[in-house]
Amino acid sequence: MTEARATALVLEDVHKSFGSHEVLRGIDLAVDEHEVVCLIGASGSGKSTLLRCVNLLEPIDEGRIVVNGRDLTAPGVDVNEVRKGIGIVFQAFNLFPHMTVLRNVTLGPRKALGLSRAQAEAEALELLGRFGLADRGGDYPDRLSGGQQQRVAILRALAMRPKLLLLDEVTSALDPELVSEVLQLIRELAEGGMTMVVATHEMSFARDLADRVCFLDDGVILEEGRPEQIFSAPREQRTQQFLARIVAAGRL
Amino acid sequence: MAKRRRGEGRRGVVIAVVSTVVVFTALGLAIVNAPGWPEVKAQFFDWNEFKSTFPDVLSAFWLNVKLFCIAEVFILPLALLLAIVRSLPGPVFFPLRVLSIAYTDFFRGVPTILVIVTLGFGAPALQLQGIPQSTTFWGVVSLVLVYTAYVSEVYRAGIESVHPSQSAAARSLGLNHLQSVWYVVVPQAVRRVIPPLLNDFIGLQKDTALVGILGAVEAFKQTQIDQAATFNFTSSICAALLFVAITIPLARFTDWLVARDRRRQFAGAPA
Repeated sequence: MTEARATALVLEDVHKSFGSHEVLRGIDLAVDEHEVVCLIGASGSGKSTLLRCVNLLEPIDEGRIVVNGRDLTAPGVDVNEVRKGIGIVFQAFNLFPHMTVLRNVTLGPRKALGLSRAQAEAEALELLGRFGLADRGGDYPDRLSGGQQQRVAILRALAMRPKLLLLDEVTSALDPELVSEVLQLIRELAEGGMTMVVATHEMSFARDLADRVCFLDDGVILEEGRPEQIFSAPREQRTQQFLARIVAAGRL
Repeated sequence: MAKRRRGEGRRGVVIAVVSTVVVFTALGLAIVNAPGWPEVKAQFFDWNEFKSTFPDVLSAFWLNVKLFCIAEVFILPLALLLAIVRSLPGPVFFPLRVLSIAYTDFFRGVPTILVIVTLGFGAPALQLQGIPQSTTFWGVVSLVLVYTAYVSEVYRAGIESVHPSQSAAARSLGLNHLQSVWYVVVPQAVRRVIPPLLNDFIGLQKDTALVGILGAVEAFKQTQIDQAATFNFTSSICAALLFVAITIPLARFTDWLVARDRRRQFAGAPA
Protein backbone atom coordinates (compact mmCIF):
# COMPACT_ATOMS: atom_id res chain seq x y z
CA MET A 1 0.00 0.00 0.00
CA THR A 2 2.54 2.51 -1.12
CA GLU A 3 0.27 4.51 -3.42
CA ALA A 4 -1.35 7.55 -1.86
CA ARG A 5 -5.05 7.00 -1.38
CA ALA A 6 -7.73 9.24 0.01
CA THR A 7 -9.20 8.10 3.28
CA ALA A 8 -12.86 7.07 3.02
CA LEU A 9 -13.61 6.35 6.66
CA VAL A 10 -11.93 7.17 9.94
CA LEU A 11 -13.05 6.01 13.35
CA GLU A 12 -11.35 7.53 16.37
CA ASP A 13 -11.78 6.06 19.81
CA VAL A 14 -15.43 5.14 19.24
CA HIS A 15 -17.34 4.01 22.32
CA LYS A 16 -20.87 2.68 22.46
CA SER A 17 -22.87 1.19 25.32
CA PHE A 18 -26.25 -0.43 25.53
CA GLY A 19 -27.31 0.21 29.09
CA SER A 20 -24.41 -0.76 31.30
CA HIS A 21 -22.90 -3.05 28.67
CA GLU A 22 -20.11 -1.39 26.70
CA VAL A 23 -20.22 -2.96 23.23
CA LEU A 24 -17.55 -0.80 21.61
CA ARG A 25 -14.66 0.11 23.88
CA GLY A 26 -12.50 2.43 21.83
CA ILE A 27 -12.43 1.55 18.15
CA ASP A 28 -9.77 3.14 15.93
CA LEU A 29 -9.93 2.34 12.25
CA ALA A 30 -9.03 4.05 8.98
CA VAL A 31 -10.31 2.76 5.64
CA ASP A 32 -8.87 4.04 2.36
CA GLU A 33 -10.90 4.61 -0.76
CA HIS A 34 -11.33 1.41 -2.79
CA GLU A 35 -10.20 -0.65 0.16
CA VAL A 36 -12.08 -3.72 1.40
CA VAL A 37 -11.83 -4.24 5.13
CA CYS A 38 -13.25 -7.37 6.70
CA LEU A 39 -14.28 -7.44 10.33
CA ILE A 40 -14.07 -10.87 11.91
CA GLY A 41 -14.72 -11.96 15.46
CA ALA A 42 -17.10 -13.93 17.61
CA SER A 43 -20.79 -13.08 17.88
CA GLY A 44 -21.18 -10.19 20.28
CA SER A 45 -17.72 -8.81 19.61
CA GLY A 46 -19.27 -5.59 18.26
CA LYS A 47 -19.02 -6.03 14.48
CA SER A 48 -22.65 -5.23 13.73
CA THR A 49 -22.82 -2.40 16.22
CA LEU A 50 -19.72 -0.88 14.66
CA LEU A 51 -21.35 -0.86 11.21
CA ARG A 52 -24.63 0.50 12.55
CA CYS A 53 -22.73 3.30 14.27
CA VAL A 54 -20.98 4.28 11.03
CA ASN A 55 -24.39 4.67 9.40
CA LEU A 56 -25.66 6.59 12.45
CA LEU A 57 -28.38 4.00 13.01
CA GLU A 58 -26.93 3.91 16.51
CA PRO A 59 -25.68 7.11 18.12
CA ILE A 60 -22.20 6.74 19.60
CA ASP A 61 -21.32 7.76 23.13
CA GLU A 62 -17.79 8.96 22.55
CA GLY A 63 -15.29 9.40 19.75
CA ARG A 64 -15.37 10.61 16.18
CA ILE A 65 -16.50 9.14 12.84
CA VAL A 66 -15.33 10.83 9.65
CA VAL A 67 -16.61 9.73 6.24
CA ASN A 68 -15.06 11.25 3.11
CA GLY A 69 -13.65 14.08 5.18
CA ARG A 70 -16.94 14.85 6.85
CA ASP A 71 -17.29 14.53 10.62
CA LEU A 72 -20.55 12.66 11.18
CA THR A 73 -20.36 13.07 14.90
CA ALA A 74 -20.17 16.88 14.85
CA PRO A 75 -23.26 18.57 16.23
CA GLY A 76 -25.88 19.62 13.69
CA VAL A 77 -24.97 17.05 11.07
CA ASP A 78 -27.88 16.14 8.79
CA VAL A 79 -28.07 12.39 9.29
CA ASN A 80 -30.23 11.94 6.19
CA GLU A 81 -27.56 13.61 4.02
CA VAL A 82 -24.87 11.42 5.59
CA ARG A 83 -26.78 8.20 5.01
CA LYS A 84 -27.30 8.93 1.33
CA GLY A 85 -23.58 8.41 0.79
CA ILE A 86 -23.27 5.25 2.92
CA GLY A 87 -24.96 2.04 1.93
CA ILE A 88 -25.66 -0.68 4.48
CA VAL A 89 -26.88 -4.21 3.87
CA PHE A 90 -28.30 -6.25 6.73
CA GLN A 91 -28.09 -9.89 7.68
CA ALA A 92 -31.87 -10.31 7.42
CA PHE A 93 -32.13 -8.44 4.05
CA ASN A 94 -34.82 -6.09 5.41
CA LEU A 95 -36.42 -5.71 2.01
CA PHE A 96 -39.78 -3.94 2.03
CA PRO A 97 -42.25 -6.83 1.70
CA HIS A 98 -45.12 -4.70 0.38
CA MET A 99 -43.11 -3.39 -2.57
CA THR A 100 -41.96 -5.09 -5.74
CA VAL A 101 -38.24 -5.54 -6.29
CA LEU A 102 -38.22 -2.54 -8.62
CA ARG A 103 -39.92 -0.32 -6.06
CA ASN A 104 -37.56 -1.54 -3.34
CA VAL A 105 -34.59 -0.48 -5.45
CA THR A 106 -36.06 2.85 -6.61
CA LEU A 107 -37.48 4.06 -3.28
CA GLY A 108 -34.22 5.62 -2.06
CA PRO A 109 -33.24 7.29 -5.36
CA ARG A 110 -36.76 8.68 -5.82
CA LYS A 111 -37.51 9.89 -2.31
CA ALA A 112 -34.08 10.66 -0.87
CA LEU A 113 -32.21 11.71 -4.02
CA GLY A 114 -35.24 13.22 -5.74
CA LEU A 115 -34.80 11.36 -9.04
CA SER A 116 -37.78 11.16 -11.35
CA ARG A 117 -39.58 7.84 -11.42
CA ALA A 118 -38.55 7.21 -15.01
CA GLN A 119 -34.89 7.87 -14.33
CA ALA A 120 -34.82 5.87 -11.08
CA GLU A 121 -36.49 2.91 -12.80
CA ALA A 122 -34.15 3.06 -15.77
CA GLU A 123 -31.15 2.99 -13.47
CA ALA A 124 -32.62 0.25 -11.30
CA LEU A 125 -33.42 -1.94 -14.30
CA GLU A 126 -29.89 -1.45 -15.60
CA LEU A 127 -28.54 -2.47 -12.18
CA LEU A 128 -30.85 -5.49 -11.88
CA GLY A 129 -29.92 -6.55 -15.40
CA ARG A 130 -26.21 -6.28 -14.73
CA PHE A 131 -26.51 -8.67 -11.78
CA GLY A 132 -28.86 -11.22 -13.32
CA LEU A 133 -32.11 -10.06 -11.77
CA ALA A 134 -33.60 -8.38 -14.84
CA ASP A 135 -36.75 -10.50 -14.87
CA ARG A 136 -37.40 -10.08 -11.14
CA GLY A 137 -38.32 -6.40 -11.07
CA GLY A 138 -42.05 -7.03 -10.83
CA ASP A 139 -41.85 -9.71 -8.13
CA TYR A 140 -42.50 -9.22 -4.45
CA PRO A 141 -39.54 -10.16 -2.21
CA ASP A 142 -41.31 -13.19 -0.74
CA ARG A 143 -41.32 -14.80 -4.19
CA LEU A 144 -37.52 -14.71 -4.34
CA SER A 145 -34.94 -17.09 -2.91
CA GLY A 146 -32.87 -15.88 0.02
CA GLY A 147 -29.86 -15.35 -2.23
CA GLN A 148 -31.90 -13.32 -4.67
CA GLN A 149 -33.39 -11.28 -1.84
CA GLN A 150 -29.99 -10.45 -0.47
CA ARG A 151 -28.70 -9.51 -3.91
CA VAL A 152 -31.69 -7.20 -4.30
CA ALA A 153 -30.89 -5.70 -0.89
CA ILE A 154 -27.31 -5.03 -2.03
CA LEU A 155 -28.54 -3.46 -5.27
CA ARG A 156 -31.01 -1.35 -3.29
CA ALA A 157 -28.05 0.06 -1.39
CA LEU A 158 -26.01 0.47 -4.58
CA ALA A 159 -28.81 2.37 -6.32
CA MET A 160 -28.02 5.28 -4.00
CA ARG A 161 -24.50 5.39 -5.54
CA PRO A 162 -22.83 5.22 -2.13
CA LYS A 163 -19.16 6.04 -1.65
CA LEU A 164 -18.96 3.50 1.14
CA LEU A 165 -20.76 0.18 1.50
CA LEU A 166 -21.23 -1.56 4.84
CA LEU A 167 -22.11 -5.26 4.75
CA ASP A 168 -23.35 -6.77 7.99
CA GLU A 169 -23.09 -10.58 7.93
CA VAL A 170 -24.94 -10.58 4.63
CA THR A 171 -24.63 -14.33 4.07
CA SER A 172 -25.36 -15.53 7.60
CA ALA A 173 -29.10 -15.98 7.04
CA LEU A 174 -28.66 -17.88 3.78
CA ASP A 175 -28.74 -21.56 2.98
CA PRO A 176 -25.19 -22.71 2.18
CA GLU A 177 -25.88 -23.24 -1.53
CA LEU A 178 -27.11 -19.66 -1.85
CA VAL A 179 -24.08 -18.05 -0.26
CA SER A 180 -21.87 -18.12 -3.33
CA GLU A 181 -24.16 -16.02 -5.57
CA VAL A 182 -24.12 -13.25 -2.97
CA LEU A 183 -20.37 -13.49 -2.46
CA GLN A 184 -19.87 -13.36 -6.22
CA LEU A 185 -21.80 -10.09 -6.36
CA ILE A 186 -19.69 -8.64 -3.56
CA ARG A 187 -16.53 -9.79 -5.32
CA GLU A 188 -17.60 -7.94 -8.46
CA LEU A 189 -18.19 -4.80 -6.43
CA ALA A 190 -14.77 -5.09 -4.84
CA GLU A 191 -13.17 -5.51 -8.24
CA GLY A 192 -15.07 -2.43 -9.37
CA GLY A 193 -13.34 -0.46 -6.65
CA MET A 194 -16.17 -0.09 -4.13
CA THR A 195 -14.97 0.84 -0.66
CA MET A 196 -16.39 -1.72 1.72
CA VAL A 197 -16.40 -2.63 5.37
CA VAL A 198 -17.61 -6.20 5.68
CA ALA A 199 -18.53 -7.98 8.88
CA THR A 200 -18.39 -11.66 8.04
CA HIS A 201 -18.15 -15.22 9.25
CA GLU A 202 -16.99 -16.37 5.80
CA MET A 203 -13.28 -16.66 6.50
CA SER A 204 -12.25 -17.91 3.08
CA PHE A 205 -14.10 -14.97 1.57
CA ALA A 206 -12.27 -12.58 3.91
CA ARG A 207 -8.98 -14.23 3.01
CA ASP A 208 -9.58 -13.95 -0.74
CA LEU A 209 -11.12 -10.54 -0.94
CA ALA A 210 -10.02 -8.34 1.93
CA ASP A 211 -7.21 -5.86 1.66
CA ARG A 212 -7.17 -5.89 5.41
CA VAL A 213 -8.71 -8.02 8.13
CA CYS A 214 -9.58 -6.70 11.58
CA PHE A 215 -10.18 -9.07 14.46
CA LEU A 216 -12.68 -7.65 16.92
CA ASP A 217 -12.69 -8.98 20.42
CA ASP A 218 -14.82 -7.64 23.24
CA GLY A 219 -15.37 -4.23 21.64
CA VAL A 220 -11.85 -3.43 20.49
CA ILE A 221 -9.86 -4.19 17.35
CA LEU A 222 -7.38 -6.57 18.88
CA GLU A 223 -5.40 -7.28 15.75
CA GLU A 224 -5.42 -6.12 12.17
CA GLY A 225 -3.31 -6.84 9.12
CA ARG A 226 -3.16 -8.34 5.65
CA PRO A 227 -5.33 -11.45 5.41
CA GLU A 228 -2.30 -13.72 4.84
CA GLN A 229 -0.82 -12.52 8.09
CA ILE A 230 -4.01 -12.74 10.15
CA PHE A 231 -5.02 -16.17 8.92
CA SER A 232 -1.53 -17.76 8.76
CA ALA A 233 0.37 -16.09 11.55
CA PRO A 234 -1.93 -14.32 13.99
CA ARG A 235 0.05 -12.60 16.73
CA GLU A 236 -2.55 -12.34 19.46
CA GLN A 237 -3.50 -15.37 21.50
CA ARG A 238 -7.24 -14.48 21.30
CA THR A 239 -7.03 -14.35 17.49
CA GLN A 240 -5.33 -17.74 17.47
CA GLN A 241 -8.07 -19.19 19.69
CA PHE A 242 -10.84 -17.72 17.52
CA LEU A 243 -9.30 -19.04 14.31
CA ALA A 244 -8.69 -22.43 15.91
CA ARG A 245 -12.41 -22.64 16.74
CA ILE A 246 -13.28 -21.66 13.16
CA VAL A 247 -10.96 -24.34 11.78
CA ALA A 248 -12.42 -26.91 14.18
CA ALA A 249 -15.89 -25.99 12.90
CA GLY A 250 -14.67 -26.60 9.36
CA ARG A 251 -15.27 -23.02 8.28
CA LEU A 252 -11.75 -22.21 7.06
CA MET B 1 -57.09 -42.67 -3.91
CA ALA B 2 -58.32 -39.42 -5.43
CA LYS B 3 -61.57 -41.10 -6.37
CA ARG B 4 -62.16 -42.34 -2.86
CA ARG B 5 -61.49 -38.92 -1.44
CA ARG B 6 -63.99 -37.38 -3.85
CA GLY B 7 -66.57 -39.98 -2.73
CA GLU B 8 -65.91 -39.14 0.88
CA GLY B 9 -66.28 -35.45 0.07
CA ARG B 10 -69.71 -36.03 -1.48
CA ARG B 11 -70.81 -38.08 1.50
CA GLY B 12 -69.67 -35.25 3.77
CA VAL B 13 -71.80 -32.73 1.88
CA VAL B 14 -74.86 -34.96 2.11
CA ILE B 15 -74.39 -35.43 5.86
CA ALA B 16 -73.96 -31.69 6.35
CA VAL B 17 -77.13 -30.88 4.39
CA VAL B 18 -79.24 -33.47 6.17
CA SER B 19 -78.03 -32.51 9.63
CA THR B 20 -78.53 -28.80 8.89
CA VAL B 21 -82.09 -29.37 7.69
CA VAL B 22 -82.91 -31.49 10.74
CA VAL B 23 -81.44 -29.03 13.25
CA PHE B 24 -83.01 -25.94 11.70
CA THR B 25 -86.41 -27.57 11.27
CA ALA B 26 -86.35 -28.66 14.90
CA LEU B 27 -85.39 -25.15 15.99
CA GLY B 28 -88.08 -23.60 13.83
CA LEU B 29 -90.76 -25.94 15.14
CA ALA B 30 -89.64 -25.36 18.72
CA ILE B 31 -89.95 -21.60 18.27
CA VAL B 32 -93.27 -21.63 16.42
CA ASN B 33 -94.87 -24.04 18.91
CA ALA B 34 -93.54 -22.28 21.97
CA PRO B 35 -96.18 -20.76 24.24
CA GLY B 36 -96.48 -17.04 23.54
CA TRP B 37 -95.17 -17.31 19.97
CA PRO B 38 -98.35 -15.78 18.43
CA GLU B 39 -97.92 -12.72 20.66
CA VAL B 40 -94.20 -12.43 19.78
CA LYS B 41 -95.00 -12.80 16.11
CA ALA B 42 -97.67 -10.12 16.21
CA GLN B 43 -95.38 -7.74 18.13
CA PHE B 44 -92.15 -8.15 16.12
CA PHE B 45 -92.79 -10.06 12.91
CA ASP B 46 -96.07 -8.68 11.55
CA TRP B 47 -95.87 -8.95 7.77
CA ASN B 48 -98.41 -6.20 7.03
CA GLU B 49 -96.68 -3.92 9.48
CA PHE B 50 -93.37 -4.77 7.81
CA LYS B 51 -94.71 -3.84 4.39
CA SER B 52 -96.13 -0.55 5.59
CA THR B 53 -93.10 0.62 7.62
CA PHE B 54 -90.23 -0.67 5.48
CA PRO B 55 -90.29 2.17 2.89
CA ASP B 56 -90.16 4.81 5.63
CA VAL B 57 -87.35 3.08 7.50
CA LEU B 58 -85.45 2.53 4.27
CA SER B 59 -85.57 6.18 3.28
CA ALA B 60 -84.59 7.19 6.83
CA PHE B 61 -81.73 4.68 6.68
CA TRP B 62 -80.34 6.60 3.74
CA LEU B 63 -79.46 9.33 6.25
CA ASN B 64 -77.49 6.78 8.31
CA VAL B 65 -75.56 5.83 5.20
CA LYS B 66 -74.72 9.46 4.50
CA LEU B 67 -73.73 10.05 8.13
CA PHE B 68 -71.30 7.13 8.39
CA CYS B 69 -69.81 7.71 4.96
CA ILE B 70 -69.13 11.38 5.67
CA ALA B 71 -67.79 10.58 9.16
CA GLU B 72 -65.51 7.77 7.91
CA VAL B 73 -63.99 10.03 5.26
CA PHE B 74 -62.76 12.28 8.07
CA ILE B 75 -62.00 9.56 10.61
CA LEU B 76 -59.57 7.47 8.54
CA PRO B 77 -57.04 10.24 7.71
CA LEU B 78 -57.41 12.09 11.03
CA ALA B 79 -56.84 8.92 13.03
CA LEU B 80 -53.78 8.06 10.94
CA LEU B 81 -52.41 11.55 11.50
CA LEU B 82 -52.99 11.16 15.23
CA ALA B 83 -51.20 7.80 15.28
CA ILE B 84 -48.25 9.16 13.28
CA VAL B 85 -47.97 12.19 15.57
CA ARG B 86 -47.85 9.84 18.53
CA SER B 87 -44.95 7.96 16.93
CA LEU B 88 -42.81 11.06 16.29
CA PRO B 89 -39.42 10.65 17.95
CA GLY B 90 -37.36 13.15 19.86
CA PRO B 91 -37.90 15.68 22.64
CA VAL B 92 -39.12 18.45 20.28
CA PHE B 93 -42.34 16.58 19.61
CA PHE B 94 -43.03 15.78 23.26
CA PRO B 95 -45.96 18.23 23.53
CA LEU B 96 -47.54 16.87 20.36
CA ARG B 97 -47.21 13.32 21.63
CA VAL B 98 -48.82 14.34 24.92
CA LEU B 99 -51.70 16.03 23.09
CA SER B 100 -52.24 12.96 20.95
CA ILE B 101 -52.29 10.65 23.98
CA ALA B 102 -54.60 12.98 25.94
CA TYR B 103 -57.01 13.20 23.01
CA THR B 104 -57.19 9.44 22.64
CA ASP B 105 -57.55 8.81 26.35
CA PHE B 106 -60.36 11.33 26.62
CA PHE B 107 -62.50 10.52 23.61
CA ARG B 108 -62.09 6.79 23.99
CA GLY B 109 -63.13 7.00 27.60
CA VAL B 110 -66.25 9.19 27.29
CA PRO B 111 -69.56 7.56 26.34
CA THR B 112 -70.41 8.37 22.72
CA ILE B 113 -73.95 9.35 23.62
CA LEU B 114 -72.61 11.93 26.07
CA VAL B 115 -70.47 13.57 23.39
CA ILE B 116 -73.35 13.54 20.92
CA VAL B 117 -75.84 15.11 23.32
CA THR B 118 -73.35 17.64 24.66
CA LEU B 119 -72.17 18.86 21.26
CA GLY B 120 -75.40 18.27 19.38
CA PHE B 121 -77.54 20.32 21.75
CA GLY B 122 -74.81 22.42 23.33
CA ALA B 123 -72.87 23.77 20.36
CA PRO B 124 -75.87 25.19 18.44
CA ALA B 125 -77.16 26.68 21.68
CA LEU B 126 -74.05 28.87 21.82
CA GLN B 127 -75.55 30.91 18.96
CA LEU B 128 -72.05 31.92 17.92
CA GLN B 129 -71.57 33.41 14.52
CA GLY B 130 -69.99 31.07 11.98
CA ILE B 131 -70.84 27.98 14.01
CA PRO B 132 -73.30 25.66 12.26
CA GLN B 133 -76.71 25.42 13.91
CA SER B 134 -77.55 21.98 12.57
CA THR B 135 -77.75 19.37 15.31
CA THR B 136 -77.01 16.66 12.72
CA PHE B 137 -73.80 18.44 11.77
CA TRP B 138 -72.71 18.29 15.41
CA GLY B 139 -73.79 14.69 15.62
CA VAL B 140 -71.36 13.84 12.83
CA VAL B 141 -68.64 15.92 14.48
CA SER B 142 -69.16 13.92 17.68
CA LEU B 143 -68.89 10.61 15.86
CA VAL B 144 -65.71 11.80 14.13
CA LEU B 145 -64.20 12.89 17.46
CA VAL B 146 -64.95 9.60 19.21
CA TYR B 147 -64.11 7.22 16.39
CA THR B 148 -60.90 9.04 15.49
CA ALA B 149 -59.68 8.12 18.97
CA TYR B 150 -60.57 4.45 18.53
CA VAL B 151 -59.21 4.16 15.01
CA SER B 152 -55.95 5.92 15.86
CA GLU B 153 -55.27 3.19 18.40
CA VAL B 154 -55.88 0.59 15.73
CA TYR B 155 -53.39 2.32 13.44
CA ARG B 156 -50.91 2.62 16.29
CA ALA B 157 -51.09 -1.10 16.97
CA GLY B 158 -50.35 -1.66 13.27
CA ILE B 159 -47.47 0.80 13.22
CA GLU B 160 -45.88 -0.75 16.29
CA SER B 161 -46.21 -4.23 14.82
CA VAL B 162 -43.87 -3.37 11.93
CA HIS B 163 -40.38 -4.52 12.90
CA PRO B 164 -37.92 -1.67 13.60
CA SER B 165 -35.53 -3.19 11.04
CA GLN B 166 -37.94 -1.94 8.36
CA SER B 167 -37.58 1.69 9.35
CA ALA B 168 -33.84 1.13 9.90
CA ALA B 169 -33.60 -0.06 6.28
CA ALA B 170 -35.60 2.93 5.08
CA ARG B 171 -33.57 5.41 7.14
CA SER B 172 -30.33 3.83 5.93
CA LEU B 173 -31.37 4.77 2.38
CA GLY B 174 -31.46 8.41 3.46
CA LEU B 175 -35.22 8.70 3.86
CA ASN B 176 -36.21 11.01 6.70
CA HIS B 177 -38.45 9.86 9.54
CA LEU B 178 -41.72 10.91 7.93
CA GLN B 179 -40.77 9.41 4.57
CA SER B 180 -39.87 6.11 6.19
CA VAL B 181 -43.15 6.13 8.12
CA TRP B 182 -45.20 7.05 5.07
CA TYR B 183 -43.65 4.80 2.43
CA VAL B 184 -42.48 1.83 4.47
CA VAL B 185 -44.19 1.55 7.86
CA VAL B 186 -47.73 2.81 7.24
CA PRO B 187 -48.46 0.69 4.14
CA GLN B 188 -47.48 -2.46 6.03
CA ALA B 189 -49.29 -1.33 9.18
CA VAL B 190 -52.55 -0.56 7.38
CA ARG B 191 -52.57 -3.95 5.65
CA ARG B 192 -52.29 -5.64 9.01
CA VAL B 193 -55.10 -3.72 10.70
CA ILE B 194 -57.74 -3.83 7.97
CA PRO B 195 -59.95 -6.30 9.93
CA PRO B 196 -60.04 -4.16 13.11
CA LEU B 197 -60.51 -1.03 10.96
CA LEU B 198 -63.58 -2.68 9.48
CA ASN B 199 -64.69 -3.52 13.02
CA ASP B 200 -64.64 0.14 13.96
CA PHE B 201 -66.33 1.12 10.72
CA ILE B 202 -69.20 -1.22 11.52
CA GLY B 203 -69.31 0.20 15.04
CA LEU B 204 -69.58 3.66 13.50
CA GLN B 205 -72.40 2.56 11.20
CA LYS B 206 -74.41 1.37 14.18
CA ASP B 207 -73.64 4.44 16.26
CA THR B 208 -75.12 6.73 13.61
CA ALA B 209 -78.40 5.66 15.24
CA LEU B 210 -77.38 7.83 18.20
CA VAL B 211 -77.68 10.93 16.02
CA GLY B 212 -81.43 10.21 16.01
CA ILE B 213 -81.50 11.40 19.62
CA LEU B 214 -80.78 14.91 18.33
CA GLY B 215 -83.96 14.80 16.24
CA ALA B 216 -82.66 13.82 12.82
CA VAL B 217 -84.97 11.20 11.32
CA GLU B 218 -82.61 8.35 10.64
CA ALA B 219 -83.59 4.70 10.73
CA PHE B 220 -83.74 4.32 14.51
CA LYS B 221 -85.71 7.54 14.97
CA GLN B 222 -88.11 6.43 12.23
CA THR B 223 -88.76 3.13 14.04
CA GLN B 224 -89.57 5.07 17.19
CA ILE B 225 -92.02 7.22 15.26
CA ASP B 226 -93.67 4.11 13.80
CA GLN B 227 -93.80 2.40 17.17
CA ALA B 228 -95.35 5.44 18.84
CA ALA B 229 -98.18 5.27 16.28
CA THR B 230 -98.79 1.51 16.19
CA PHE B 231 -97.27 0.04 19.37
CA ASN B 232 -95.73 -2.57 17.08
CA PHE B 233 -92.01 -3.29 16.94
CA THR B 234 -91.76 -4.82 13.48
CA SER B 235 -90.17 -1.60 12.25
CA SER B 236 -87.20 -2.35 14.53
CA ILE B 237 -86.67 -5.56 12.62
CA CYS B 238 -86.73 -3.54 9.38
CA ALA B 239 -83.97 -1.30 10.71
CA ALA B 240 -81.95 -4.25 12.00
CA LEU B 241 -82.12 -5.96 8.61
CA LEU B 242 -80.96 -2.80 6.86
CA PHE B 243 -77.93 -2.38 9.12
CA VAL B 244 -76.95 -6.02 8.71
CA ALA B 245 -77.53 -5.81 4.95
CA ILE B 246 -74.78 -3.20 4.79
CA THR B 247 -72.24 -4.86 7.07
CA ILE B 248 -72.26 -8.38 5.66
CA PRO B 249 -71.31 -7.52 2.06
CA LEU B 250 -68.79 -5.04 3.38
CA ALA B 251 -67.15 -7.72 5.51
CA ARG B 252 -66.97 -10.17 2.58
CA PHE B 253 -65.59 -7.47 0.29
CA THR B 254 -62.87 -6.61 2.82
CA ASP B 255 -61.97 -10.29 3.23
CA TRP B 256 -61.63 -10.53 -0.52
CA LEU B 257 -59.41 -7.43 -0.69
CA VAL B 258 -57.12 -8.73 2.05
CA ALA B 259 -56.88 -12.17 0.47
CA ARG B 260 -56.05 -10.69 -2.93
CA ASP B 261 -53.29 -8.57 -1.41
CA ARG B 262 -51.85 -11.54 0.47
CA ARG B 263 -51.82 -13.67 -2.69
CA ARG B 264 -49.87 -10.98 -4.50
CA GLN B 265 -47.37 -10.39 -1.74
CA PHE B 266 -46.67 -13.77 -0.23
CA ALA B 267 -45.49 -16.93 -1.88
CA GLY B 268 -47.45 -19.94 -0.68
CA ALA B 269 -50.55 -17.97 0.30
CA PRO B 270 -53.67 -20.03 -0.42
CA ALA B 271 -55.06 -19.14 -3.83
